[in-house]
Amino acid sequence: MTRHLVNIVMSGVFHAAILFLVAAGLQVVFGVQKIFNLACGSFYALGAYTGVSAVGMYTAAGGPPALFIVPLVAAGLAVGSVGWIVERGLLRFVYDRDETFQLLLTFALVLMMEDLIRMTWGTAPQSTAGLYLVYGQARLLDATVPVYNLIVIAASLVIALGIGWLLTRTAFGRIIRASADNREMAEALGVNMGRVYARVFTLGTALGTLGGALVIPATAAMSEMGIELIVEAFAVVVIGGLGSMRGAFVGALVVGVLRSAAIAFYPELEMLLIYLIVIAVLLLRPRGLFGGAAA
Amino acid sequence: MIGRLVLAAATLALVLLPMVAPLYYVLLMLPFMAYAVVLLGLNLLFGYTGLVSFGHALFIGIGAYAGAFLTTHTPVRSLEVILFAAGVLGAVLAAPVGALCVRYVKIYFGMLTLAFGMLFYTFLLKFYRLTGGDEGMRVLRPSLLGLDLGAMPKTDYLAGPYYYYSLGILVVAALVMWRIVHSPFGLCLKSVRDNPAKAEALGLGVTRYRWHAFVISAVYAAVGGALLGPPTGNVDPTLAYWTQSGNIVFMTLLGGFASFFGPILGAFVFIFLQDTVMSVVPYWRLVFGAILAFIVIWAPGGLMGLFARAGAASSSRA
Repeated sequence: MTRHLVNIVMSGVFHAAILFLVAAGLQVVFGVQKIFNLACGSFYALGAYTGVSAVGMYTAAGGPPALFIVPLVAAGLAVGSVGWIVERGLLRFVYDRDETFQLLLTFALVLMMEDLIRMTWGTAPQSTAGLYLVYGQARLLDATVPVYNLIVIAASLVIALGIGWLLTRTAFGRIIRASADNREMAEALGVNMGRVYARVFTLGTALGTLGGALVIPATAAMSEMGIELIVEAFAVVVIGGLGSMRGAFVGALVVGVLRSAAIAFYPELEMLLIYLIVIAVLLLRPRGLFGGAAA
Repeated sequence: MIGRLVLAAATLALVLLPMVAPLYYVLLMLPFMAYAVVLLGLNLLFGYTGLVSFGHALFIGIGAYAGAFLTTHTPVRSLEVILFAAGVLGAVLAAPVGALCVRYVKIYFGMLTLAFGMLFYTFLLKFYRLTGGDEGMRVLRPSLLGLDLGAMPKTDYLAGPYYYYSLGILVVAALVMWRIVHSPFGLCLKSVRDNPAKAEALGLGVTRYRWHAFVISAVYAAVGGALLGPPTGNVDPTLAYWTQSGNIVFMTLLGGFASFFGPILGAFVFIFLQDTVMSVVPYWRLVFGAILAFIVIWAPGGLMGLFARAGAASSSRA
């Protein structure tokens, strides 16, 4: 019984660690730019495919299997620069538009990225065969958990702390929070808003692509993974509260663990339960559990 | 004046099309007419009331599955009964869902509708005993106006009686919607869209108007959804997926949400362009995403907006 429970919780927390990264990207963009970025799931898929390719090249070049995580993370972060292109090339034209149009522009991105991924990597699922268990398994109470999962969970925690540090302790973080609070005032004080938006969106994108890269040893990259993840990330930010980092953290844990518990006990309920919670939160506390907090 | 001529020509073309066009294009008109009905309703909410639903595929799914359920699980075959049942079911479901959703506007309205849409999608997917899961359900051929056309070859049935039946539904739906948006009720919706605070101060129950618009648009979506089933002979959960909700908003924007006939034009262009692109390359999403981005950034009025701009430019030159 303990083993069963530990397995459920640990697979839930692993999923939550990935979800947190994508949701954090969604939150930082929403907090500052007030755009709900539907394409964050597509960035996640892009990171996953890039990760598979990078690890494939690394293995083909004869790199030691134990270090595969280095090219994986590097690729995930590097492909985040796509965010800069998207922001400068498309999003910057719509900041003063109605949010409906902003939302639809990110939907256009979802459509385009899905096909760009298909064109580049084809339609067959791709995976990094055999590297998942390179770090072995750890015993936790009665259960065995892949060490890789623990690494990802730890990395996600470190990133969460890093974002907290960035937002509260650095000059760039102060500028971000100021822009989120009051764009005009920040601009009047000499903040180059174009540059801040480009950086924030790139940061948000990189969080998503990194999440995609990190998930890939445990699963296979598929072309639908992006549009499927966005609805989960959506649930996370609604439960936690739009724009709140703490909310993303708690929301990811709620969604991740509930989902794995539902799959274990009553599979029919899986996402049904999550959406019921989302609706309940939206109706009872539309700002989410941690809404209203800055960035 | 020009508008009326174009409308008359378009209607005549729709009537004559099955006699002159290749069968393939006649069959392609069937989903177009079904979506046109859906979009007439969606635009009451989007264009006239100013609420963008990202979960309207829910009601398309309701209508489509109502048809599938009635034809496979009950002796009902009459399309009139199916459409009526779909509309009633859409209204019954939209009443509580809409009452909850219209308490919010803008992004929160969009998110709440998205959540309800995905809730229904998951229901369709997981309760396979009732819904057939991801394989969906079959839709048996319905009878039209009491005529059992079961003996007809399938393509004759679809390109003949079913085509004109759909066209009839579309015309009736458009006439009713025209009356709605040009009635005092329609004017109230516009004032609610343009200045809710002022509308409220003038004594309009803003939330109630939004709710009514929501329910009416859901009925249209369900009726359109029920028309989608018979041409393909089956329905599956992707009809209710969130990307489907996004696509119908896209169609509306493509044609022009500020115009009554814009969404119908949008559905037409979307379906035929999608077919054309897919016959050349499989990557229609890339092309359509680029088109959507272009519309959002440079032509928010859609095709109708572009026509109006071109018309204004040529008349000012003359």
